[in-house]
Amino acid sequence: MVDEADRIKNPWGARTPYGPGAPWPTRTDAHLAPGVAAHEVERWVPSASLLHSNGDAMDIAVRQGRIVGVRGRATDRVNRGRLGPKDLYGWQANASPDRLTRPLVREGGRLVESDWDTAMGRIVARSKDLLERHGPGSIGFYTTGQLFLEEYYTLAVLARAGIGTNHLDGNTRLCTATAAEALKQTFGCDGQPGSYEDIDHADVIALFGHNMAETQTVLWTRVLDRLAGAEPPRPVCVDPRHTPVARQAAVHLAPRAGTNLALLNALLHEIIRTDRIDRDYLDAHTVGFAELAAGVERCTPQWAARICDVPAASIEHAAELIGGAERLLSTVLQGVYQSHQATAAAVQVNNLHLVRGMLGGPGCGVLQMNGQPSAQNTRECGADGDLPGFRNWQNDQHVADLARVWNVTPERIPHYAPPTHAMQIFRYAEQGSIGMLWITGTNPAVSLPELSRIRSVLAKEELFVVAQDLFATETAQLADVVLPAATWGEKTGVLTNADRTVHLSEKAVEPPGEARPDLDIFLDYAARMDFRDKDGDPLIAWHDPESAFRAWQRCSAGRPCDYTGLSYDRLREGSGIQWPCTERAPDGTARLYTDGITWADPDTCESYGKDLVTGASVEEVEYRSLNPHGRAVVKAAEYLPPHEDTSADFPLQLITGRTVHHFHTRTKTGRVPELNAAAPDVWAELSPNEAARQGLSDGDLVQVGTPRGAVRARLRTTGIRDGIVFLPFHYGYWDTPAGHRPPDHSAGRAANEGTVTDWDPVSKQPLFKTAAARVTLVARRDTGARNTSETAGSRT
Amino acid sequence: MTGITATLRVLHDGERTLERDLLTAAARHRTDHEIHHVATDLSRWSREHATRLADVGRHYDLDLPGPQSDASPGALTALKEKAAEALGRRPETGLLLLYDLRELHLAATRNSLHWEMLAQAAQATSDDRLLGLAGACHPQTLRQMRWTNTMIKELSPQLLVSA
Repeated sequence: MVDEADRIKNPWGARTPYGPGAPWPTRTDAHLAPGVAAHEVERWVPSASLLHSNGDAMDIAVRQGRIVGVRGRATDRVNRGRLGPKDLYGWQANASPDRLTRPLVREGGRLVESDWDTAMGRIVARSKDLLERHGPGSIGFYTTGQLFLEEYYTLAVLARAGIGTNHLDGNTRLCTATAAEALKQTFGCDGQPGSYEDIDHADVIALFGHNMAETQTVLWTRVLDRLAGAEPPRPVCVDPRHTPVARQAAVHLAPRAGTNLALLNALLHEIIRTDRIDRDYLDAHTVGFAELAAGVERCTPQWAARICDVPAASIEHAAELIGGAERLLSTVLQGVYQSHQATAAAVQVNNLHLVRGMLGGPGCGVLQMNGQPSAQNTRECGADGDLPGFRNWQNDQHVADLARVWNVTPERIPHYAPPTHAMQIFRYAEQGSIGMLWITGTNPAVSLPELSRIRSVLAKEELFVVAQDLFATETAQLADVVLPAATWGEKTGVLTNADRTVHLSEKAVEPPGEARPDLDIFLDYAARMDFRDKDGDPLIAWHDPESAFRAWQRCSAGRPCDYTGLSYDRLREGSGIQWPCTERAPDGTARLYTDGITWADPDTCESYGKDLVTGASVEEVEYRSLNPHGRAVVKAAEYLPPHEDTSADFPLQLITGRTVHHFHTRTKTGRVPELNAAAPDVWAELSPNEAARQGLSDGDLVQVGTPRGAVRARLRTTGIRDGIVFLPFHYGYWDTPAGHRPPDHSAGRAANEGTVTDWDPVSKQPLFKTAAARVTLVARRDTGARNTSETAGSRT
Repeated sequence: MTGITATLRVLHDGERTLERDLLTAAARHRTDHEIHHVATDLSRWSREHATRLADVGRHYDLDLPGPQSDASPGALTALKEKAAEALGRRPETGLLLLYDLRELHLAATRNSLHWEMLAQAAQATSDDRLLGLAGACHPQTLRQMRWTNTMIKELSPQLLVSA
């Protein structure tokens, strides 16, 4: 067991090199509270990480009813014992003294402590009143990527068939909507094609807008171990920042923000021009290649070089590596998903694999990554703007099948339009047609774009806001009812990571005070609302995590995300298992599409597709004629200039992103001493050139302003392309005097004060990486001052 | 004037009008952000169509002006912009949005039918230049129609029922 002194400074730990095709060696990381020895731990309770999307398996150390540490699980396929810094230290947040322990209700403009009966009574009274006066469309739910599967599924049933509203989405809209949409566009259905084991086999690993070193430290450790071993893979990195990934790359392309599609079209152009394409694969498994070839015909490296401001020779070099790969692995994350033309660009990464015929074999995979630990479950359970089990809202047979599972009439399930996405839910709340918004486990008052607008929506007198969380977040402070929730380690449930690995996370300790598991809260609400099925029996018949899991298994049967071969007992015996897991594939499924495309048939697909530029729906008839045999759809898209471009007043591009030490809005990580000390406050990054051009120096206090708002931050000069300013998005106000907003008459701390309200028309994912900004001096640096965190982010 | 030149002229005017209407809708619905951004993007297609129609028109002895030099609905003053935003946050603008989308859809449909006529005439006369033009532009007009239709389909239930 390795308890390294400082995994803050070295997030990836020591190397365990290995060669291609060899199993990744184990390395067991652990961290126990000071003064607690391993033999003093009374119980090790199985769980998995809730602070990123990698799904690292771990055991929680319990002593005298308290969590006292964690240990990575060496037998698990995902992490082989390793843990990243957030997991090694993050468990301490559970025991923070400021956890919510009682429900709060708003009285005379203030939130006051109350009891469950009063709080739930108010929610139920408001729900019934709205249903009666305005119908189900007046109630909305905004959930997260951090609950468990059983909770999402229960929420999906109560919202879609209980209330009958179309307005249920997750903050997964901000992190993983484009991943899901890109998979639907290409393969007809959601479902991660690749597996983390593809890292063990790949000879080229292309990372598109994916700072894996900070977002998934353990997965990056796997890459570093390959790089340190025999026959290392060659990484290709697309990122405007000189990230730890870029430092290892054979080619690093740093395009202007908002130009990913132009770059990808040029890569495809080169691969087609040099005839590095697999015609047999294209003929057997795809439709639409001719359209792509015509679409990228004029997208030469020289053309893209002008748009992206990247040397044409670098684009050619990258195309050479990708075109020459024998086992190509690609990963995609927020640099693509939260940028202009998000889905169109993510789809072109799928196309790289289709034209090269590299899918389904060892090392040949696409990983359209997730940003949150259970984002995958939000998607599959239908808590995020999809119907449960990847069912197609445009397919009446799918809706009828779902109605059969729930024993309701099909009309009870709204399917006249796609489930409403989060940004539109907030728009309806702004306009007043949504009168109640129930927010679970997320913090829109910090995480959504253009915060002054979001705060004004949440603060509206007519909008009844319920916030269900661990702490008095910025959002909770604006709520009318606050429900104290239990979290990881205090409740049981399943969570599924970005490569479809399902883990069971078991209850280790009691939640504080009167805090309750989210599942119990939803079940309580369903019982109080007395939701019934078509025979008059309770709509939701389950009562605990395991019975909820079994209900979900029935809903998943026969669909791509089939869980019928799993059980709590099986997950307890071993460790993570990848879905689909069925009687026929009892050990799970490492890779999808090993033998052609499985779920694109018009009768089974989750989506008939959309126009990649406008987002307009493709109708069933069109899809049937385009793709009658259910092949992968090679979709082309033309590059369009970004919606908000730089100007004389706002000469820079603002991009926001994560840092290795924090998660989401720091609700947990900001309360962990080691993590907080590593990155206690917001900073801004500019290149040394750009800083000099703006008359600024490293360490200056600056204001990053856009037409919508401003942030005050210390400037760091780092390796980032000229013309771009970077802000980490984690920081908000709960640990400042104003509590939930910037101080009066002053700039804020949350990056989203200035971000633009704009989203990808296809995936509806907000664009956090395409705003015009300016950086101005507030005060020169104090001489002798030093920045605290230098592990994270880009470097000069 | 032949039927072809008459159709070229009316389509050229139709594309000019649609560009302006898309930009007007984009300005009016700036708090419906997707409408604002996508309508602006789609106006570029109509602008390009008007340019190409004017270019091709010369081969038919037509002197078409091409797109308007500034098709935007007039620079909004800061005050007007604020007013549009404030107004945009009131519920009754929902109905206005649906009506605007309806008009955009009808205008695009009108253009689409003219593209259809031109393409048919081009086939009948083996006019490759005209066929190429219609082949390049008509699909984008159809995409403008699909977009307005999709937005109407998605927004109507909420804007007509719950507001």
